[in-house]
Amino acid sequence: MTVHRPLNAPEAGLSRRGFLITATSAGVALGFVDGTAAGAAPAGFEPTLWYSIGRDGVVTVNVIRAELGQHVGTAIARILADELEADWSKVRIKTVDSDPKWGLMVTGGSWSVWQSYPIYSQAGAAGRSVLIEEGAKLLKVAPGACVARNGAIHAGKASVTYGDIVTRGSLARSFTPEQLAKLPMKPAGERRLIGKPVRARDIPAKTNGQGVYGLDATVPGMVYARPKLPPTRYGSTVVSIDDTAAKAVPGYLRSLALEDPSGTVPGWVVVVATSFVAANRACDLVKVTWKSGDATKVSEADLQRRSNELIADPKAGGLVVEDPGVDQAFANARSKVEATYTTATALHFQMEPVNALAFEKDGVFEIHTGNQWQSLVLPWLAKALGRPETSIVMKSYLLGGGFGRRLNGDYAIPAALASKALGKPVKLVFTRADDSLFDSPRSPSVQKLRMAFGEAGRVTAMEHTAAAGWPTLAMAPFFMPKGTNGVAYDPFSVNGADHWYTVGAQRVRAVNNDLANATFRPGWLRSVGPGWTNWALESFMDEAAHSVGADPLAFRLKLLDAAGRNAGSGPTAVGGAHRQAAVLTRVAAKAGWGKPLPKNTGLGLATTFGQERDMPTWVACAARVRVDPKTGAVKVEKLDLVADCGTVVSPDGALSQMQGASLWGMSLALFEGTEFKDGQVRDTNLGGYKPLRMADVPDLDIEFMPSTEPPVGLGEPATTVVGPAIGNAIFNAVGARVRDLPIRPAAVLAAMKT
Amino acid sequence: MTTFTINGRQVSLDGPDDGPLLWAIRDDIGLKGTKFGCGVGQCGACTVHIDGKAARSCVTPLKAVAGRTVTTIEGLDPKGAHPVQAAWVEVQAPQCGYCQSGQIMQAAALLAKTPHPTDAEIEQGMNGNLCRCMAYVRIKQAIKLASKTRQGAHA
Repeated sequence: MTVHRPLNAPEAGLSRRGFLITATSAGVALGFVDGTAAGAAPAGFEPTLWYSIGRDGVVTVNVIRAELGQHVGTAIARILADELEADWSKVRIKTVDSDPKWGLMVTGGSWSVWQSYPIYSQAGAAGRSVLIEEGAKLLKVAPGACVARNGAIHAGKASVTYGDIVTRGSLARSFTPEQLAKLPMKPAGERRLIGKPVRARDIPAKTNGQGVYGLDATVPGMVYARPKLPPTRYGSTVVSIDDTAAKAVPGYLRSLALEDPSGTVPGWVVVVATSFVAANRACDLVKVTWKSGDATKVSEADLQRRSNELIADPKAGGLVVEDPGVDQAFANARSKVEATYTTATALHFQMEPVNALAFEKDGVFEIHTGNQWQSLVLPWLAKALGRPETSIVMKSYLLGGGFGRRLNGDYAIPAALASKALGKPVKLVFTRADDSLFDSPRSPSVQKLRMAFGEAGRVTAMEHTAAAGWPTLAMAPFFMPKGTNGVAYDPFSVNGADHWYTVGAQRVRAVNNDLANATFRPGWLRSVGPGWTNWALESFMDEAAHSVGADPLAFRLKLLDAAGRNAGSGPTAVGGAHRQAAVLTRVAAKAGWGKPLPKNTGLGLATTFGQERDMPTWVACAARVRVDPKTGAVKVEKLDLVADCGTVVSPDGALSQMQGASLWGMSLALFEGTEFKDGQVRDTNLGGYKPLRMADVPDLDIEFMPSTEPPVGLGEPATTVVGPAIGNAIFNAVGARVRDLPIRPAAVLAAMKT
Repeated sequence: MTTFTINGRQVSLDGPDDGPLLWAIRDDIGLKGTKFGCGVGQCGACTVHIDGKAARSCVTPLKAVAGRTVTTIEGLDPKGAHPVQAAWVEVQAPQCGYCQSGQIMQAAALLAKTPHPTDAEIEQGMNGNLCRCMAYVRIKQAIKLASKTRQGAHA
């Protein structure tokens, strides 16, 4: 099997680049800054570009990750501060604007802590080693007699603070990446901040109205705009604009058809006014005639039909896993089981509708907006504006929800184009309906799974084919590896299917739904592919177990034997399938698997490895549901979850992510879902699109496995495991096997009758 | 011209008085803590108090508050330390935080009317406030904590 690892590149690039810059600019970036120099700010000690220490001892941590609810700055700063032995009360978090020096700027994939951990640990160790050396000189003792602790170097009863060392010492040092890698890291037993309770630094400003989100950005002289969306995502062109009625709106300025060399917003008109209220009203009154693109008739059923057609063609798609002997094993099977699973289109529906403020100032185009992937949108902006990326900067703000929507920064393009055309700052604000129509939704999906059995229920082969619209094809094809058949595929749309169960000869095929990609821009929605692949896989594992008369728990544990490629290797996948078996065993015990339950009540299990094989976050869920046999309504009574994410950096932040992500999984399983109708999503606001509310929240019990292994990601994994646990629980409650998300009562009722 | 009191200060706004209060608060008065979510009164991100009662400012026309008293998140407590806000920090309720101004204003109004709400009363009182991060477990915890600390303050 070839396992492609497209994600290692940015990780390595990030750490390497950071320290190479430091090393090559050693004389400038490192060392004591003489505050007597004219106009020089007291920059202090900057051992790497990731942080600096001022003469007042304040450690300023540069964070390139967007704050979208995960308290990421706090987690990253704790990693650094722990290894640096900093005084936490003197640590400040700086969320930086885009700059080429940061390397890849992206906040997604649950990667932030996983990727940052080695980088900031090494950076902290580098600073600590220099501070010990210089502190020892100031204390007139040998470095070996010194310890770093709580923002100072101590030797016996004498000590000198980091601020004093920065002020008085001679700190010029540089480190090659190789030297950094060799620096001694603290043993886990010496951790003083990692794993300990901490209050997130971003939270107070989120309780008093002081937090500044993209929507709150203003600049003098700006005008407001609202987009007038074309009937299709692609291929529509403006024929005429009639703004006669809009002219009666006080404050209305003009309607502007955008020319977009980047092709991001074809056929767009923006309606400009002196206030948002005026722009909003005028927009409703402006009449635009378009020549429509081809997708105006496409429905959800058309999209799913296309996926089914492609799945039926064995030549379609990229082979992610292709072991020898799959077809032979199926031909020789004693028994087989096969099932098809589907999921509906789902919206991000982040609370803050997308928006952007754009203007040119001093030769630089500034984009003020919340964004998750600055490195992706900057080249689009450069193309749209016809200027180099180096003259565009993305200013960072709090994000009123990300969930992957703001990985795709397409909403910045029309603001920038309008500002360029008008020659003044433009604040483009989408209404909720605009946001939904312009969402890059989670594509509907179709998946077909097969399993072959030999003697005594032994699994001999498995095949998983997953078809959907591919966000990575639409927006970041450079992230697509090639399958064993040479066909490139979107790893984020199939991750999860390449599971850790030992199933004999295995085939995993990723198929792009070309009609989906032509109709809309598929998006990365919290957990992306694993949000649907595990719906299929973990429902199927129960079905497969039942087909051979096995208990679903025992069936899974037998296959999670950590044999061969499922043994896992370090650092982050060490332990492999054994760790997945452990979380599953634990959750089953906690939830009382096998114990009798009241009538129409069932317990269902599911387990996943979170996002990707290279960064497994081992999770398992037991869902207890009660089904009303008359209506098919499903009430989730309790969700037990157990996660092994390696080291838990910030326990409360980790719990918070697990709570939110598990409820996301439940919401996508039971409450959320829309459909394409005439080339657009049907539901555009809360009247039709109904995410889970407080009254729907079940009893939640979440536990982390103790571990000192390197940390992985937690933003998404719990999302992947709840849906199938609910589906399996419904089956165990009333014998109804549901295979479509979201699970509607009518589907449960229908399945009860089959 | 519409005159009303906001956070203890009297303001008079020119221009049309049929636009949503939300945008007057945000863009004319410049208080950005009140958020825009759905625009149809169904998510609660824009919740403010009008004469002490929770209201959705995105569907409240400006003229409806003439002569009345509006309180936004910025005016709930001079130090941002209202028992509800303190409880929000204590249980670390916010994730992205965008809905939290509205959640806090809704919770403060709920507790003012029902100082010791049951779980069902909390759910009923808060169900109109969407938290897309789904920080509901902690929002509920925070309301219970605030209910207790308010009680302590009154004892």
